[in-house]
Amino acid sequence: MQRLRRKSQYIFTLLANAYWLFPWKSPIYQGPLKKICFPGLNCHSCPAATMSCPLGAFQNLLATLRPSLQMGQLHIGAYVLGSLGLIGSVAGRMPCGWICPFGLLQEWLFLLPAPKFSFWRPLRIGPYIFLIVFVVLLPLFVVDSSGYGSVWFCKYVCPAGTLEAGIPLLSMDQGLRGAAGWLFTYKFVILILLLIWCTLTSRPFCRAICPLGAIYGFFNRVSWLQLRFHPDRCVQCEACLTACPTDVSFYNGLDDLNSAACIRCLRCYNICPANAVSLEFGPVREDIGKAVNTIEN
Amino acid sequence: MKRYLPLFTTIAFITLLALGIWSGEMPVVWQKAVTVCLSCIGIG
Repeated sequence: MQRLRRKSQYIFTLLANAYWLFPWKSPIYQGPLKKICFPGLNCHSCPAATMSCPLGAFQNLLATLRPSLQMGQLHIGAYVLGSLGLIGSVAGRMPCGWICPFGLLQEWLFLLPAPKFSFWRPLRIGPYIFLIVFVVLLPLFVVDSSGYGSVWFCKYVCPAGTLEAGIPLLSMDQGLRGAAGWLFTYKFVILILLLIWCTLTSRPFCRAICPLGAIYGFFNRVSWLQLRFHPDRCVQCEACLTACPTDVSFYNGLDDLNSAACIRCLRCYNICPANAVSLEFGPVREDIGKAVNTIEN
Repeated sequence: MKRYLPLFTTIAFITLLALGIWSGEMPVVWQKAVTVCLSCIGIG
């Protein structure tokens, strides 16, 4: 199944970046597919991007909410949230593990030979802070005299924008290169630091920063797809914890198997020698999550 | 009740998606996505 997951990551990364005519035609794709939000983090200003970035689109809608209301249009981001929520309600955070190009990049970087460090768990609060502050509050409330806000997360944080759009566009366009100043330098430093962090720690962007993962994470406990832990079968070998890219420690009761931190890569399901993890699809069972509590008690 | 949470969640977000399409958010999303976002690339 992990081979299938890797293939899925490659296929979706290619589908999300399938416009290879940019050196000869328009610098970015301008076709109808860009009406659709890609379910992973993929900057829509990337020259090869075929779909919209849900985070960029959501921030844009919030940043222009006041002017749109003045024109009698209610653009509150329902289309973007509806798209993400629909996917989340079916599979929870599975797009993070199976689709997201930036997740794939982090997994590649973690394979590089370098000292490895565990993730500091309190940083798990990070994605929620970035989501609430940078994606919602700042674009909504910090506005200019005309009522227009800015895309704060894209502008000051997002390393995907720098990597997938900033570097290629600046390398192709002399005018853009001339316009690059302190902001590009700052974002470039953020990108380099993050890439270094990715070689040292497993998926640090997903766990400490990504607001998209935070949105999907809300659905892990209520999605049609559920992981189920059977403590009576567990042999406490810790194979699941060793394999887990986000250190979800469910076998000892520290985390719920369907916690928001789980990216649904299903490595625990594949690696468990005692079949103590099962996969279910359908209505949530009333006792889901109680297996962990049994151990705690 | 918890049993039907996935169903309620799916219906709620399909409704939200439909509301977004009905209110004309799709062309706005497209319009923003087909122009180079200077903020995203670190220019302005």
